[in-house]
Amino acid sequence: MTLTLVVLLPFLGAAAVAWGSRLGRSSAILLALLVVLMPVILVLSLLDPLAAGETRIERFAWLPAAGLNIAFRLDGLGLLFAGLILGIGALVILYARYYLAAEDNLGRLYAYLLLFMGAMLGVVLSENLIQMLMFWELTSLTSFLLIGYWRQREDARTGARMALAVTGAGGLALLGGILLLGRMTGSYDLSVVLASGDLIRAHPLYVPTLLLILLGIFTKSAQFPFHFWLPHAMAAPTPVSSYLHSATMVKAGVFLLARLFPALAGTWEWNHLVAGFGMLTLLTGAVIALFQHDLKGLLAYSTISHLGLITVLFGIGTPLAAVAGIFHIINHATFKAGLFMAAGIIDHETGTRDMRRINGLWKAMPYTGTLAMVAASAMAGVPLFNGFLSKEMFFGEAVGVANAMALGWLLPVAATIAGAFAVAYSLRFVHDVFFNGEPIDLPKHPHEPPRWMRVPVEILVVICLLVGILPALTVEPILHLAVSAVLQGPPPVHDLAIWHGFSPAVLMSILALGGGVLLYAVRQPLYRWWDSQGGRLDFRRGYERLLQALLTLAGSVTAWLDTGSLPRLLRLFVSTALVLGVAGWLGSGSPVTGPLNVLPLDAVSLAVGLALGLAAIATLIWHRQRYLALVLVGAVGLMVALIFVMFSAPDLALTQLSVEVVTVILLLLALYFLPQTTPVEPPSPRRWRDALLAVLAGLGMSLLTWAILTRPYASIAGFFLENSVPGGGGTNVVNVILVDFRGFDTLGEITVLALAGLAIFALLEQLRLTSPTADGLGRPWHWDRHPIIVSSLVRLLLPLALLVAVFILLRGHNLPGGGFIAGLITAIALIMQYLANGVAWTHERLPDKMHPSIGLGLLLATLTGLASLLFGHPFLTTTFGHVHWPLVGEFELASAMVFDLGVWLVVVGSTLLILIHLGLMHDATTARDSGAQRSSGTSSPGRGR
Amino acid sequence: MEILLSLVIGVLTACGVYLLLRAQTFPVVLGLTLLSYAVNLFLFASGRLVEGRPPIIVAGQTGYADPLPQALVLTAIVIGFAMTAFVIMLALKARAELGTDEVDGQAEGRTEAEGEGR
Repeated sequence: MTLTLVVLLPFLGAAAVAWGSRLGRSSAILLALLVVLMPVILVLSLLDPLAAGETRIERFAWLPAAGLNIAFRLDGLGLLFAGLILGIGALVILYARYYLAAEDNLGRLYAYLLLFMGAMLGVVLSENLIQMLMFWELTSLTSFLLIGYWRQREDARTGARMALAVTGAGGLALLGGILLLGRMTGSYDLSVVLASGDLIRAHPLYVPTLLLILLGIFTKSAQFPFHFWLPHAMAAPTPVSSYLHSATMVKAGVFLLARLFPALAGTWEWNHLVAGFGMLTLLTGAVIALFQHDLKGLLAYSTISHLGLITVLFGIGTPLAAVAGIFHIINHATFKAGLFMAAGIIDHETGTRDMRRINGLWKAMPYTGTLAMVAASAMAGVPLFNGFLSKEMFFGEAVGVANAMALGWLLPVAATIAGAFAVAYSLRFVHDVFFNGEPIDLPKHPHEPPRWMRVPVEILVVICLLVGILPALTVEPILHLAVSAVLQGPPPVHDLAIWHGFSPAVLMSILALGGGVLLYAVRQPLYRWWDSQGGRLDFRRGYERLLQALLTLAGSVTAWLDTGSLPRLLRLFVSTALVLGVAGWLGSGSPVTGPLNVLPLDAVSLAVGLALGLAAIATLIWHRQRYLALVLVGAVGLMVALIFVMFSAPDLALTQLSVEVVTVILLLLALYFLPQTTPVEPPSPRRWRDALLAVLAGLGMSLLTWAILTRPYASIAGFFLENSVPGGGGTNVVNVILVDFRGFDTLGEITVLALAGLAIFALLEQLRLTSPTADGLGRPWHWDRHPIIVSSLVRLLLPLALLVAVFILLRGHNLPGGGFIAGLITAIALIMQYLANGVAWTHERLPDKMHPSIGLGLLLATLTGLASLLFGHPFLTTTFGHVHWPLVGEFELASAMVFDLGVWLVVVGSTLLILIHLGLMHDATTARDSGAQRSSGTSSPGRGR
Repeated sequence: MEILLSLVIGVLTACGVYLLLRAQTFPVVLGLTLLSYAVNLFLFASGRLVEGRPPIIVAGQTGYADPLPQALVLTAIVIGFAMTAFVIMLALKARAELGTDEVDGQAEGRTEAEGEGR
């Protein structure tokens, strides 16, 4: 539970902070820090067993049938990342308080940051890979919110969208890779996957899996050629950049590289792909960084370059390289977070980030300058700072590769060149900003920032120094744990020291330092050369062209499919169904007629069938005269009920009969507000086309029905027939299926019915209709509103009809009937009163609100289901099957009846809600139109009598 | 008998589809109703045709009509009513807001021409 809480707390806290920030900035930051502190304490409480080498795994059943669990895992790697995420997160929260202008909503930023933090923790602490992917996608989504925090700015929106598109697309590829992994190993549990490295590497699907997973990693970690989104993400507030691009978002990619290292690494493909792309990224990032005039742009490309470095290390694939990779993850996180924060301070104090204008800040802010210098030295890889150690290890590993791989000499060369550029851009960050003459036309007069804005930078810089000088005392324990988790075994012998004696790596370091200084010295001609190239390495344009092409394609497909015309869409739908149906049948090659014997035809059936067909065709012919068509449709419906009677379906016949009555009443009521006739269509080819389509559809359905009816089939009906009495306690199998075997379906269906009723109620609420006073031929709508014979008779009928409904409801379990039918009969009995006596008269005498009935019905049905949980059985199980007759037989009967009662209530409620409110509108419009003739509803029965 | 039911379902489908493709709301609702009958009968037919043996357990009797399609169709009929009601309310709403009962809010020819011209 502890780990689960660690991941969940930031999510819960985000809501609390968003709400609490109304109380002011101080309470917002206090709340946010508190939210970070709680997971920190929880993680610390788990430290002891972890140090002993134990991996903590927490599991909860999720979809046990599919072998899926919600599972969290804490090992050394997870601990390292959780520490980075929480630690740097806390510093960023503190820093943002002073960075963000008063008019910006601090609570919103904190809420986004905490959501993001939760998602990141989820990625690094997941045991289940599918679950990890969900958190992975959540980091993409929340980083979208963070990058686009200043939503009024266009560059923020573009940057956020680009980051989401690139990382989201990568996430999709990663999902594919994970699914393949799960297929190969039979499990999505990391423990299993990590232990099946040999199986995965030998699998024929290894290469596609690797490619898909690498796509996910490379997009997330901004590797070449997907690196272009990262500089655009600099439109985010600097605290966000500081968090996303040092310790978290982009590190999720290299985290996964480390996480899946035992499962995927060690093949030719892995080495060449990962190290190759890493090297390209390392070089491109380092070179471009020098030419950025924007302070944050420089840091962005430097981040890309350092991510490339880490990727190369994992690509090299030796245990020592993995140690260096993990070590550099830590170091990069600390110095880069500090540098981003320093850049934010400079931006905050000078009002610009353009290094061509920011010069000579040393005089105004020597303290910030010192901090920036330390962090920049770490970035450049100067001895005594933490960046030096991991960079030295990297150089050492690169030299090792030179002897081991074809073209391996490329790597040390590239590493040295990138190292030289790193020194040059770090120099620029310090020299260009703090020295190099006087500032040019700054929007603000710079001075040192507030005390607490510097504290996070100070902490990070102290860490850079401590790790750089005393690595064995500071970083070794956590590095040891993390590397053991990455390698799934004891870490190799490694010595974190500043001086190892002369080696090729030292030579490379010296070359890089000297080369960097040299590069910086000739920077002016270099800038000019770069500017003359006009940004040839801009991948953004390619991305935009691709995106535009995709959007155009999607737009044209949509425009072609949906022109806003319903008949067109339906035509397309019917044609497609026809084509697919015909193609399927032609493909199967089986005859239309099956082997089953057919029943003999009798005269009565023939007559009913003929009448039905004729009524349907008559509806078609006279459909312009809408009342006539309605009567004909009613006739069709009644004959359909007869078909159900004929073929052993009494329940269906009863349902069809009662639904027919309500449908016709409903359509009659609606027709009052619609034109009484349909205008004749002008003759056009479209009519013939529709007719052809209709005939083909009818023919297809006939053939299909015939094919089905003449074929034998295996049914699961036997189970229901056998278990209906012993298992469900009822002899009417259809009803037992509805209320027992498939009770959950029925619950869903009555919910739909309830929703339809409520939605119609909502639609009618706003509706203002004009009602006609005469029909199409000019005849008035009514002479005698409520004929006395009808109203008297119907009042007499009410108790009788209700009695029938109760009877049908009660017997439903054993004989045709049940909640649906009884509900419809009840509704009809009540509607008859409305029809015969007027809505107003009836309204006074009957409960006018149907919503409670619907709600009560749903509640009853659900509670019946939940009651079975109390007895320790799954939802909606009847307890009957598990206890013996006769005592519990009554028990079971009662439970099913309560469920059916719920169905009954919903059906009555929804049907009446629909019809009464349509009727009320009818009444309201007539009342409005006839004005003084009818004062209120009560006058109508008077007239009736 | 089977061929009769097949023909009935075919005729209902054909009439339903033709009405469904009309440009005014009321014929569309009629078409939808006819099509619902056809679909319900079709689903029901998937349990094959059995005469005089409703799925109500009687001691000693064997061989009943398949109860499962019946249960499915029973709820389908009721849901079909809810759907018809919803569609007709939408039609009323469209009539109130747009002053016409054309399904596309305007004469079909125009929409089609515009649509196909695009």
